[in-house]
Amino acid sequence: MGLLTDLKDSISRAASTLFSGEDPKRIGIYGPPNAGKTTLANRIARDWTGDAVGPESHIPHETRRARRKENVEIERDGKKVTIDIVDTPGVTTKVDYTEFLEHDMEKDDAVRRSREATEGVAEAMHWLREDVDGVIYVLDSTEDPFTQVNTMLIGIIESQDLPVLILANKIDLEESSVQRIRNAFPQHETTPLSALEGDNMDELYDKIAEYFG
Amino acid sequence: MAEAKHPEDEDGVQIDLISAERMSDKTTMEKIRLILDGVREGKIVILEAGLTPDEESRLIEVTMTEISPDEFNGIEIETYPKSQADDSSLLGRLMGREETKKLTVIGPANQIETLHKDETLISALVSRK
Repeated sequence: MGLLTDLKDSISRAASTLFSGEDPKRIGIYGPPNAGKTTLANRIARDWTGDAVGPESHIPHETRRARRKENVEIERDGKKVTIDIVDTPGVTTKVDYTEFLEHDMEKDDAVRRSREATEGVAEAMHWLREDVDGVIYVLDSTEDPFTQVNTMLIGIIESQDLPVLILANKIDLEESSVQRIRNAFPQHETTPLSALEGDNMDELYDKIAEYFG
Repeated sequence: MAEAKHPEDEDGVQIDLISAERMSDKTTMEKIRLILDGVREGKIVILEAGLTPDEESRLIEVTMTEISPDEFNGIEIETYPKSQADDSSLLGRLMGREETKKLTVIGPANQIETLHKDETLISALVSRK
């Protein structure tokens, strides 16, 4: 009884997550710090609404609060897909304020930034468990994807049966390796792109319509 | 059980290997407290059976709330990536009863450095504070 009920609930939850409803889907943009999440969120928001979501920076943990851009209407093949984009702080298991000192920051500012960053990561985890309908997982394709944070987060996303799109970002950089990301997560499709340069955004919008529409 | 010596009294790094049986009847928060209390004392905690994805998510969240400048920088945690060949995991996931039996190593972020990690090998350097 319990097993069948579990199975039924699980299937109906997955189906409703994937296929139903006219309400905008809340799509969380997740990934490690400095993967280009905010650059991507801004690119999507600017392309379809004209507004940005938040400031971008090369200093880790620039985004320390989840930011939502509501009712982003994406048109593909004459069909409209409406999503709320949730740009989340980069997830990590450690924050050391002394790393911010290397970016010409005073100690007080670095300590404040690290405190806000830890609150932001906790908030991002909470959103992931409770409040998103799908995930865009952004990875820097110049970095090794075999990290514990990536392994854990993809596991958490899969355990909740959330649809997930994996992006290999920063393909404009010479050291980029999309294949390395495909090898790390072969159970998911990987879409290469450069959010900064706007390369391959059309394919991303096709995928968003396919996965979250 | 004899009281374990405090690692700060000794010249090395204390490693606690915790069996699946010892963790099996603990709640999520009891597991997280057991891990974080050990790690904050400078221990390396090795879990025979690892944590579920939900427990890992809550471990990250609680760790973040405990980070404090010049005192605790967070944790380093290592497990193997999920096996891609494991077909049963899909059915398990569908039924919400995924087994996670993955050896998991957790330690203070300032004492463990991962040297290499792939699907079958984790190599880490453990140092004293």
